[in-house]
Amino acid sequence: MYHVQAILATSGRILRQLSHDHRSVALIFVVPCVLLGLLRWLFDENLQAFNTIGPALLGVFPFIIMFIITSITTVRERISGTMERLMTMPIGKLDLLLGYMIAFGILAIVQALLASMVLLYVLDIEVLGPDWFLIVMALADALLGTALGLFVSAFARSEFQAVQFMPAFILPQLLICGLLIPISQMPELLEKIAYLLPVTYAIDALNAVTTHADVTSDSWRDLWVVIGFALAALLLGAVTLRRKSN
Amino acid sequence: MAQLLTLEATNLEIKKGRTLILKGLSFTVQAGSITGLIGPSGSGKTTLMRAIVGVQAVTQGVLTVLDRPAGDKTLRPKIGYVSQIPAVYDDLTVLQNLRYFGALTRASRAQVDETIAQVRLDPQRNQITASLSGGEKARASLAIALLGDPELLILDEPTVGLDPLLRIELWQLFSQLASQGKTLLVSSHVMDEAERCESLLLMRAGELLWQDSRKGLLQAAGKKSVGEAFVEIITREEAK
Repeated sequence: MYHVQAILATSGRILRQLSHDHRSVALIFVVPCVLLGLLRWLFDENLQAFNTIGPALLGVFPFIIMFIITSITTVRERISGTMERLMTMPIGKLDLLLGYMIAFGILAIVQALLASMVLLYVLDIEVLGPDWFLIVMALADALLGTALGLFVSAFARSEFQAVQFMPAFILPQLLICGLLIPISQMPELLEKIAYLLPVTYAIDALNAVTTHADVTSDSWRDLWVVIGFALAALLLGAVTLRRKSN
Repeated sequence: MAQLLTLEATNLEIKKGRTLILKGLSFTVQAGSITGLIGPSGSGKTTLMRAIVGVQAVTQGVLTVLDRPAGDKTLRPKIGYVSQIPAVYDDLTVLQNLRYFGALTRASRAQVDETIAQVRLDPQRNQITASLSGGEKARASLAIALLGDPELLILDEPTVGLDPLLRIELWQLFSQLASQGKTLLVSSHVMDEAERCESLLLMRAGELLWQDSRKGLLQAAGKKSVGEAFVEIITREEAK
């Protein structure tokens, strides 16, 4: 009972903090939509290409944005001393992380929903597969970004370092996830590494939506892998969060 | 007669990296008292306080808090901690800060209101914490530590930068809390704050120079103020 209370109090607190910061909220929701719009404009002469790459980037934008927001907020909490204060209180480490996950998860859901709606109904992307799977996958990616952000923030001593984790953790995954060149055309070792990283599965599923009318068993596997990575990152985050410093 | 001990340290050593911060401290703190942890900055006061509240690992020796080893899970609801830099959420109002920490320490809404009044922040309760003055922020941080009615209060320089009148008010609050049976450990690098404590722990360079009642210290040093006594004790130590 206490745990549920602590988790909900924490997510409520984080959302309340954000509610005082209108500009950030607007940026979180608007930026992915604008980027998708820009992409559509870029491919104005080649809608075929937009239809292929659009869904994949729907997975990428919310993922990156949620990663950055979550890692920076968590590091900020550590620097301001409130994390240490929390560590002296009865709240459990996992309670705290789940509180974070729920608050940012709500943001991620709204953001991914908005971006998917824009992509599907404003920019009129044409995909063979079902719209709902595209939306579900975008959601899962945003949640993955949140969980990874929580996890890596344990290794950042400053906001400056946390920002650098974006190019350090996220960009390599994006380079070899099959977005630039198909995985089958990559050097063998990179191909093996690619299949150890979650973004590869996210992109695979989003690509499949463009070419398959049904949700394939591979796509289902991709979805579970992404969710599995998110849960693992969350648990690792609880393990690496230290109550005591040495 | 057995005294009730809230804190007991035996040969407490704390290393950070290769630096020895606390060099084998042994002391006791009795329940229901106000103990001043006095020493210049860099003497190890904050490290000691962080160890007591369980966020700093002990390298060697024993540190017992309310009959449990420091850092024990069951201690968390029993200790209120104020860190040197006010640990509050700048982007929340005073009330929102207290409600959140209140939920974590199982404090009722009535207790939250009461605590805000105790630290004289009623006029600022709906103000964003970032817009508070340094002293107001320090009091908000103190209020959070009082939530959940902890038995032991660890206050790291809680009155630094406050106006003299407020300082007197806060010390009155501390005495009141002690008379309710709470134990307070209050650190300061300002010697005149030591005059308000019943017992003192004097620290310098990671070592404990003195632990006793304030009266005992003044008598032993043959001085009238704690500041003078502190200098006298150091001079004697160095003469050895």
